[in-house]
Amino acid sequence: MTSAVPGTLAAFLCFFSLTVNVPGALAQEATAGQPAAAAKPEKKLTEIKIGYLRAYAPQLALSVLDIPPRDEGVAGGNVAIADNNTTGSFLGQKFSLDVTEVKPDADVVPAFKDMIAKGNRYVVADLSARQLLSIADLARDNGILIFNAGATDDNLREEECRASIYHTIPTRSMLADGLAQYLIWKQWRRWVLIYGSHERDQLFAEALRRAATRFGGEIVGEKLFEDTGTARRTDSGVVQIQRQMPVFTQDLPEHDVLLVADESEVFGTYVPFRTWTPRPVAGTAGLTPSAWHPAGEQWGGTQIQNRFAKANGRRMVSKDMAAWTAVRILGEAATRTQGADPGKMADFIRSDDFSIAAFKGQKLTFRKWNQQLRQPIFLGDTRSVVSTSPQEGFLHQVSELDTLGIDEPETRCVLK
Amino acid sequence: MQRRACALAIVASGFMAGPASAYMAYVSNEKDNTMTVVDTATMQVMKTVNVGQRPRGITISHDGKQIYLCASDDDSIEVIDTATLEIVDTLPSGPDPELFVLSPDGKTLYVANEDDNLVTVIDIEGKKVLAEIPVGVEPEGMGVSPDGKTMVNTSETTNMAHFIDTSTHEITDNVLVDARPRFVEFTPDGKQAWVSAEIGGTVSVIDNQTREVVQKITFEVAGLRAESIQPVGVRITADGKKAYVALGPANRVAVINTQTYEVEKYVLVGQRVWQLAFTPDQKTIISTNGVSNDITFIDVATDEPVQSVTVGALPWGVVVSPK
Repeated sequence: MTSAVPGTLAAFLCFFSLTVNVPGALAQEATAGQPAAAAKPEKKLTEIKIGYLRAYAPQLALSVLDIPPRDEGVAGGNVAIADNNTTGSFLGQKFSLDVTEVKPDADVVPAFKDMIAKGNRYVVADLSARQLLSIADLARDNGILIFNAGATDDNLREEECRASIYHTIPTRSMLADGLAQYLIWKQWRRWVLIYGSHERDQLFAEALRRAATRFGGEIVGEKLFEDTGTARRTDSGVVQIQRQMPVFTQDLPEHDVLLVADESEVFGTYVPFRTWTPRPVAGTAGLTPSAWHPAGEQWGGTQIQNRFAKANGRRMVSKDMAAWTAVRILGEAATRTQGADPGKMADFIRSDDFSIAAFKGQKLTFRKWNQQLRQPIFLGDTRSVVSTSPQEGFLHQVSELDTLGIDEPETRCVLK
Repeated sequence: MQRRACALAIVASGFMAGPASAYMAYVSNEKDNTMTVVDTATMQVMKTVNVGQRPRGITISHDGKQIYLCASDDDSIEVIDTATLEIVDTLPSGPDPELFVLSPDGKTLYVANEDDNLVTVIDIEGKKVLAEIPVGVEPEGMGVSPDGKTMVNTSETTNMAHFIDTSTHEITDNVLVDARPRFVEFTPDGKQAWVSAEIGGTVSVIDNQTREVVQKITFEVAGLRAESIQPVGVRITADGKKAYVALGPANRVAVINTQTYEVEKYVLVGQRVWQLAFTPDQKTIISTNGVSNDITFIDVATDEPVQSVTVGALPWGVVVSPK
């Protein structure tokens, strides 16, 4: 792919900024609801093709309100494409998103190879850790950058970190730390933990245990909630749950907060208001940490929320924001490097000059040691944002955002 | 979204203007849908006026008779009579108006419509939209050159300053600046446009002839993290010698020597300072401090904070009546 930026523009390039002189009317790319200006094809469009590789199967949830939207993540990517194209119209750049879906347990290598063959140099991935690792080396050998917008696994940023993968979705440890800081700020220090029996539930439980140790919480009791394979919904289910959950939580020691680790949607939603003692619930139910909140309006958030809702007819969720951010990062790289050269764009993303604005109150940057995007964590219930972490008073010598998740001195990542 | 701009108007029948020499500062309070009127001589709140929903951008006609106020959630611009403090009219603004600028001849408003990537040009007298200009993503900052020939809009996600010819309503230049550009201020001689970048943490000085960034001003406050320094409002003294930049959650206003571009002082004001306005005699500059719900009067001669005055909830913008 070659840059189609006229050579005269190179003269305007300076280190931090550049000026682009575009005479006359500008071609506005198809942005919904916007009157198109008269297009003058006076410059050749530079195309920037982004692949979106996604593991998808319909999922159930304990509450119908929690069933993931069919286009979760992809919708965010598309909004960012429209944003990039509005900016691109001033610079002669055109972005596209090429979405491929595979099954959650499928071999993704053929689909990934297809994407490369079609000329995608950047791939936003919403895949399992195993699937991501299966394409990481292929990406490296072909000069492809992968943006992980789906997998929260810490090990993808630690033992199994890869130079070809950038992460825009926060890790479980970042989420757990964000929650723990708030509970400590509230001085609710004694926690009990109920965790599910699936691997991802246990990984989040482990992140919560680590957060307790890190910030001075105490887990005074733990309990496993075994998934015995019950149906998630039955007509008379509520009657039994109302009787079962108090009994299940009856023998827990005295505590301030009950933590739930149930990413698998087996029991977590059933915990709040049904416990033996009246205590707040947090974790995957109750007060929940996330990369984004559908009701967040702070820091200009209203604008992206309105834009997203208008385009998609639903509210924006965390995975949408992670995908939006990934695609916007590529847009920013194309703007700042004045072209579509994958090498130059990658260099920019890796450089000290890189930062991205994503409606989180401050610039976001990548942790150089494992390529995780630093970001505040939202804490909310189903209806509203309660707080955002890092909390006041949790200090750090580099960035307060590095109080969330595994920090540089502790990392086991060696990028390769 | 419903339009119920005028429904909330309250007749401010008891309002009396202060002494003839005094100026009035008008502060838009984003959170509680009010506008606070403050006498700049006594630094006392004279009146609180109910306005439309989510008032943000605020400016005043050159004769001082009318205030224009962006009621963002009502999708309208309210016209407030300064004598009665009543909302007397609304202007068509396009959706979600946030910030605007009045042309030097006082006839035209240039409005940034955040949600639709548009700048709307409004003829005030005719109450009609003259043009809608497609710009970058999330238009916000609006500035106009003293000769009225050039209007500049900043787009917060595109990160550009769009220079627009006011006679043709066409973009002539797009200048890339740092992340989330929030505000544009021309120097009094019209030679430069200063553009703040909230997330980038910088102010870009753009030459209005070459349309190139000639200087990038950065800020550093001992004991404060770089991320908390978020430049928003910019004002330049009439003699062109000093620039004031509101630094958001850094809770300070930077005072910059426009000859050297050096920050000469950081004035501690209230929390999350966003917008600024001079009194017409240029003796005082007033800052809006959103999180602490107050405004701060700064003495321009000494650059010392004189007094803070509590206004409404989340004060956003401020304008001072002309003499």
